[in-house]
Amino acid sequence: MLLGRTLRTAALVTATAVITFTSGAAFAQKKYDTGASDTEIKIGNIMPYSGPASAYGIIGKTEEAYFKMINDKGGINGRKISFVTYDDGYSPPKAVEQVRKLVESDEVLAVFNPLGTPSNSAIQKYLNAKKIPQLFVATGATKWNDPKNYPWTIGWQPSYQSEAQIYAKWLLKEKPDAKIAILYQNDDFGKDYLKGTKDGLGAKVSSMIIMEESYEVSEPSIDGHIVKIKAANPDVLLIYATPKFAAQTIKKTAELSWKPLQILTNVSISVGSVMKPAGFEASQGVLSAAYAKDSTDPQWANDPGMKRWNEFVDKYMAGADKSDTSMVYGYGAASTLAKVLEMSGDDLTRANLMKQAANLKDFAPDTLLPGVKINTGAADFAPISQLQMQRFKGEKWELFGEIISGDVASE
Amino acid sequence: MSAAEDVVTEAPAVEAVPKRAMTLGTGTSLLVLAALLIMPVFVKNFIIFQMTMLLIYGLAVLALNILTGGSGQFSLGQSAFYAVGAYTTAVLMEHFNVNYALTLPIAGVVCFAFGFLFGQPALRLSGVYLALATFALATAMPQLLKLNFLEHWTGGVQGLVVTKPDAPFGLPMSQDMWLYYFTLVVVIAIYIFSVNLLRSRSGRAFMAIRDNEIAASAMGVDVALYKTLAFGVSAAVTGVAGSLGAIAVQFVAPDSYTITLAISLFLGMVVGGVGWLPGSIVGAAFIIFVPNIAEGISKGLSGAVFGVLLFLVIYLVPHGARQVAILGQQFAGKLRKN
Amino acid sequence: MELFTNQVLAGIATGAIYACMALAVVMIYQAIDHLNFAQGEMAMFSTFISWQLMQWGIPYWAAFVLTLALSFVGGIAIERILFKPLAKAPILTNVAGFIALFAIINSSAGLIWDFTIKQYPTPFGSAPFLGSQLISTHQAGMIGVTVLLLLGLYFFFQYTKIGLAMRAAASVPESARLVGINTSWMIALGWGMASAIGSIAGMLIAPVVFLEPNMMGGVLIYGFAAAVLGGLTSPFGAVVGGFLVGVFENLAGTYIPGVGNELKLPIALALIISVLVVKPAGLFGRHIVKRV
Repeated sequence: MLLGRTLRTAALVTATAVITFTSGAAFAQKKYDTGASDTEIKIGNIMPYSGPASAYGIIGKTEEAYFKMINDKGGINGRKISFVTYDDGYSPPKAVEQVRKLVESDEVLAVFNPLGTPSNSAIQKYLNAKKIPQLFVATGATKWNDPKNYPWTIGWQPSYQSEAQIYAKWLLKEKPDAKIAILYQNDDFGKDYLKGTKDGLGAKVSSMIIMEESYEVSEPSIDGHIVKIKAANPDVLLIYATPKFAAQTIKKTAELSWKPLQILTNVSISVGSVMKPAGFEASQGVLSAAYAKDSTDPQWANDPGMKRWNEFVDKYMAGADKSDTSMVYGYGAASTLAKVLEMSGDDLTRANLMKQAANLKDFAPDTLLPGVKINTGAADFAPISQLQMQRFKGEKWELFGEIISGDVASE
Repeated sequence: MSAAEDVVTEAPAVEAVPKRAMTLGTGTSLLVLAALLIMPVFVKNFIIFQMTMLLIYGLAVLALNILTGGSGQFSLGQSAFYAVGAYTTAVLMEHFNVNYALTLPIAGVVCFAFGFLFGQPALRLSGVYLALATFALATAMPQLLKLNFLEHWTGGVQGLVVTKPDAPFGLPMSQDMWLYYFTLVVVIAIYIFSVNLLRSRSGRAFMAIRDNEIAASAMGVDVALYKTLAFGVSAAVTGVAGSLGAIAVQFVAPDSYTITLAISLFLGMVVGGVGWLPGSIVGAAFIIFVPNIAEGISKGLSGAVFGVLLFLVIYLVPHGARQVAILGQQFAGKLRKN
Repeated sequence: MELFTNQVLAGIATGAIYACMALAVVMIYQAIDHLNFAQGEMAMFSTFISWQLMQWGIPYWAAFVLTLALSFVGGIAIERILFKPLAKAPILTNVAGFIALFAIINSSAGLIWDFTIKQYPTPFGSAPFLGSQLISTHQAGMIGVTVLLLLGLYFFFQYTKIGLAMRAAASVPESARLVGINTSWMIALGWGMASAIGSIAGMLIAPVVFLEPNMMGGVLIYGFAAAVLGGLTSPFGAVVGGFLVGVFENLAGTYIPGVGNELKLPIALALIISVLVVKPAGLFGRHIVKRV
């Protein structure tokens, strides 16, 4: 025991070099739930490493690498993070199987950043019944901000609906007689944006929206939809599409020599994997909103946060494609968890973890835009709720306007 | 390239499996049954859940086996029937408060009707054409479930959460264990029914069609009726599996029932042995556990590892687990002689 | 009316994608009497190879020809190494093999080249074609290449000895062997050619849909549908089928009220199935009479 304590103190000393030491909490009574001990904190995760959404698998790999970096630097409060991540193939039944494996067989302390609305919906009831934290889920559905009914589930990124409301409000102010067409993906993601836009437009919905067009992810090319939308002759096109289809849309509108005002979902704003393939010329003037920095955007070349991100990628994910926004995302989410674990100190119970997750004050991970901060509270389970509008110019995004806060409460 | 006519003697797509060879001997059956009965007492709830899923997928593979192994028709659309069963149960339980056990027969009947109707146009198709038709059904199903006007019932893209039942009569059992035994009873009942079905007059009619359609019709078998009947029965059994799956997973959503599920069930049938009913459970084990093993070997290449493992299996035993069973039997026979 | 014309033109442009893929499907069907579920993934992998070659600084056409050759050899190698041992196995086991191949190729491509979408160059440019903004020069070029391929295949199967031998080997292997055709190598050759045609399809499709490991998933469904609609034995039918599916899908999405847009793929597939119910061998396929 004595030896253990000495080692731990030694580890703590090294750890303080890296991590801010908080309020002596580390010396309080040690309390553990399953998955935590003097030496280790076990965190579970599920990701679609295979199947239709495998493009997002890189988020899980980034998080794994991030915790490796943390461990190399001595861990958190002297404890190493053991990050167990499984493949759910974007299939809800598989997600349930894997999460139960994490909880009942691997005995993790918490499930962190599981990806996808369907998978998270499938495991939410189980985790809440077992009182296991479902931390910082990787989906923008509004329903994760519902502490009353689901006190063990908390979101992370801005909700799709709140982002859509920002666009709606901007349009109401800047282009009140816009004729709007909406292209959306026919799934939870697209429909949330559709709803947010309509809510945001309020009474003017029927007069402003002249067309709603959906597409399926299984379609190889969505050119036909664009042709159809153009025929309705709107002057604003809202693009609520995933990266491939967003790029196709921007490219096709340019090919049709059609120049509506295009507003693009935050999901597809990667310069490297959307705007560049779509063509920089075609992308000029496209609007969107952001909360994180773009890894390929030259304006962050000297930003200290992005420098740290670059160093991390070079060292722990050598050879990875840096234009992939998922790596920025994974880094941001993982550092939020690291912060919460650090704040939890020696009280590594599930209840305390949840309490700390709902107690983040002005936390700013390296990868978020200047001014965007993570704030949570007992009644606010939407960590990131700020966005800033941006316009594509040249080969990068130009931020404009103020940082807008747009929380949408869950119904 | 006009309508030149080729005359071909087509080999049947599915080889003939004699009906006795489609089942297990009594001794082996009892042994397996005993193992399935005792197992939950010794393992964690998570393993019980996995075993429940194994039984459920086993049932779905069995259903495909009745269709393909029994009547020689090929289907890549089983996920559609599975989805209809699952949604029937979810909607009945969550919107109408129907008892979960009662939803199973309802799902079965609904799927039977659906399968029987789908069997009508499928009658005219065979081989790759039938494969495409069923494939189309599997691709269409998630989109149908997402339809706006059904959203009130289906929950649209968000899906529906299903409540897991507690053990009745105050039995001292976890929900998982209760559901396992409940599933086991249903699966055994359907297994016995299927074995008897294939031994019955209808079963013989199925197999006659599988082995040679023209000869079967010449012998007076109503080919159209029995082919659609096979579709109906297969759909009904798949639907029941879907119902059980919805209860076990506690959630239904369009993304749960994509073509990937249909392909998995197909692989399960091939690995288990086409036409060998007990193989269904082996096939189900393959589609549940091998992806996990592949993932354990390499996360980035899990798909590739899965593919390689699948190739290994079909090289070693192209006829699936049935081949292993036959070899085992021969070996046992030899031992007895000596 | 303008919308109608536009949708038909856009449908033809998209249809060219399906037609191209359908040709590869017909090619493999002629050789092995089956659909190859991994066909799309093979085409995707070939396209990535050509992209990689261009990244290394090889000019477009050189990379194109090199990829064609590599795909041809690769197709033969896949058949010889992976599928020849399964020649005696049941058909359904072979189908399982295709699925395994699909998984292997898709997952390897993801690991080697990542899942982010990549821009892929076109040799034809993307200016409006003949003043119509609905069809770009690339799409016109694609239609042109498809027609050329079609003619090539037609002559190959109708007039060359090897083409006839290949057809014979696929439809009546027993008799083909009796007249001295090496049926085993015919199959390998079919794989090679299907793989090469697939690579052309991939390289033409990539500029439109962008290059990524999952790019062919949707295309293959349409390619199958087009080939089956046109008749699996007829390259001409496959191309017509491709354009029909493209046009019909667009029209269904535009003109069927309510569910048309949400269900355009199911509606298109339902139509194809109805066609098959009336004409089981597809629009232009050879009718097969079964003998007991």
